[in-house]
Amino acid sequence: MSWEIVIGLETHAQLSTRSKIFSGAATAFGAAPNTQACGVDIALPGTLPVLNRGAVERAIRFALAVGGELNRTSVFARKNYFYPDLPKGYQISQYEAPIVAGGALTILAGGAEKVVRLTRAHLEEDAGKSLHEDFHGASGIDLNRAGTPLLEIVSEPDMRSAEEAVAYARTLHALVRWIEICDGNMQEGSFRCDANVSVRRPGAPLGTRCEIKNLNSFRFLERAIEHEARRQIEILEAGGRIDQETRLYDPERDETRSLRSKEEAHDYRYFPDPDLLPLAVSEQWIAEIRSRMPELPAARRARFESRYKLSPQVAAQVTASRDKADFFERSLMKIDTETYPEAPRDLANVTVGELTSQMNERGLEFSQSPVSPEQIGRVQALVLDGTISGKIAKDVRKAMWEGEGDPDAIVARRGLRQISDAGALEAIVAEVLAANPRSVEEFRAGKEKALNALVGQVMKATKGKANPQQVNDLLKGKLSG
Amino acid sequence: MSLSSSDVLRIAQLARLEVTPAEVAAVQQDLNGILALVAQLQAVDTAGVAPMAHAQDVMLRLRADEVTEADQHRLFQAIAPQVEADLYLVPKVIE
Repeated sequence: MSWEIVIGLETHAQLSTRSKIFSGAATAFGAAPNTQACGVDIALPGTLPVLNRGAVERAIRFALAVGGELNRTSVFARKNYFYPDLPKGYQISQYEAPIVAGGALTILAGGAEKVVRLTRAHLEEDAGKSLHEDFHGASGIDLNRAGTPLLEIVSEPDMRSAEEAVAYARTLHALVRWIEICDGNMQEGSFRCDANVSVRRPGAPLGTRCEIKNLNSFRFLERAIEHEARRQIEILEAGGRIDQETRLYDPERDETRSLRSKEEAHDYRYFPDPDLLPLAVSEQWIAEIRSRMPELPAARRARFESRYKLSPQVAAQVTASRDKADFFERSLMKIDTETYPEAPRDLANVTVGELTSQMNERGLEFSQSPVSPEQIGRVQALVLDGTISGKIAKDVRKAMWEGEGDPDAIVARRGLRQISDAGALEAIVAEVLAANPRSVEEFRAGKEKALNALVGQVMKATKGKANPQQVNDLLKGKLSG
Repeated sequence: MSLSSSDVLRIAQLARLEVTPAEVAAVQQDLNGILALVAQLQAVDTAGVAPMAHAQDVMLRLRADEVTEADQHRLFQAIAPQVEADLYLVPKVIE
């Protein structure tokens, strides 16, 4: 009998505010230790927290994007625990009344759409960093990160495989960047996941879960869940019992190990923070933020499918980021899509293939591309009006990546214009036929493939500047004659 | 509700307070006294009354997202017991 894996994710998205959630200290990454930790962040006695409007606004944007319920009144609570990178002795978080309740995210996994429900999303502050290198037997504390705003996004246990969990994490990652509430930089810890994993027989009640921490890449998330599920199944099949515990994923060994059991679990003793009044979110504020929301990824994907006739897979790839979707649509503006209805599909393929790998190689976002979407569109327009062949288009784009400027200039300078003079092309075809008697013979003997070799020879002789269809027709005419 | 001596030791442990065996009985009595006071409050019928998170009936004021605090770590670290490489040093803790 098979096992079913049940996964829920808790994600910490660092909100892209300039200043901290409860203080006016900067949040920039990579500053010298403790240079961005003010009196509030280091918990000097007598200091008080004042909530950052930008952090609340980002939480509202998230609620609107996932269709969550915005609690018009929410409350900040103290989560009490002792650790040196938490100088107050408590983390300010939200407990009983989080700012966002519910909502959902639609993911694409295994070729099918699936809706993952969200439990809640709440605002909280990050802790500082402990450095355990040896400082003469002591630990070093950097409080720059202390007080950085986080949105903790909690999903329902709706995922059934590591693949689905990764699809959810990727969709959420794309969404928070799309609505510009988080930069999504996983190396810098701006987007971190914890996974709750359990296994059960299909239809049985939920099994005992283990929480896996320290998952700062999609690959680690996938491997950690697969490993953890295998571990639990092995225990259960050997007649054992799963203990609820927190486990840490070790990417070097590709295994999880116990961090603490339920018995040792923290007792956080949450209570409303008396330093902060309840947070009110007005209808007017929500309406104002709603009016500034961009078209969301799911809506844009659906529009690309219906308007440009893209396949669901390509539409999903083009809308993987707002940058990329914008680039694609801007490149289309150079093209008359009424006359050339296939052009959007061709450009979408160029965008998700060639352009995406160029960006990845250069480590750039689409918004930082050295080649403009208008230039990419122009190249396609030159193909459509027969000025250059599709093969040459690739060379023109390559030249643009190398900084050679506008497509028209490249075509003119390099003499890449397609040979449209039928007489000139016929002469080349005749030469190729005379030079390749064996291929001619093979074709006449019924070997269709021999024609491809001849087309290739003509293309080579014209340096790719012939129209392949025209060459094909000319060759067939000559050979049958 | 009243606390046992093991409850007292658990609470002390969570608060990182050292309570010696000789002190347990006295602390237990004090805490139970406080709980008795809370029990009086709990006797009030609050059915239909929305729970309050704060004693004042006003809402939180927000600040604009602006960096207003300059770096003062030298000043702060002047009163720290131990500092190295701009880090606050604390007894080694590894969870």
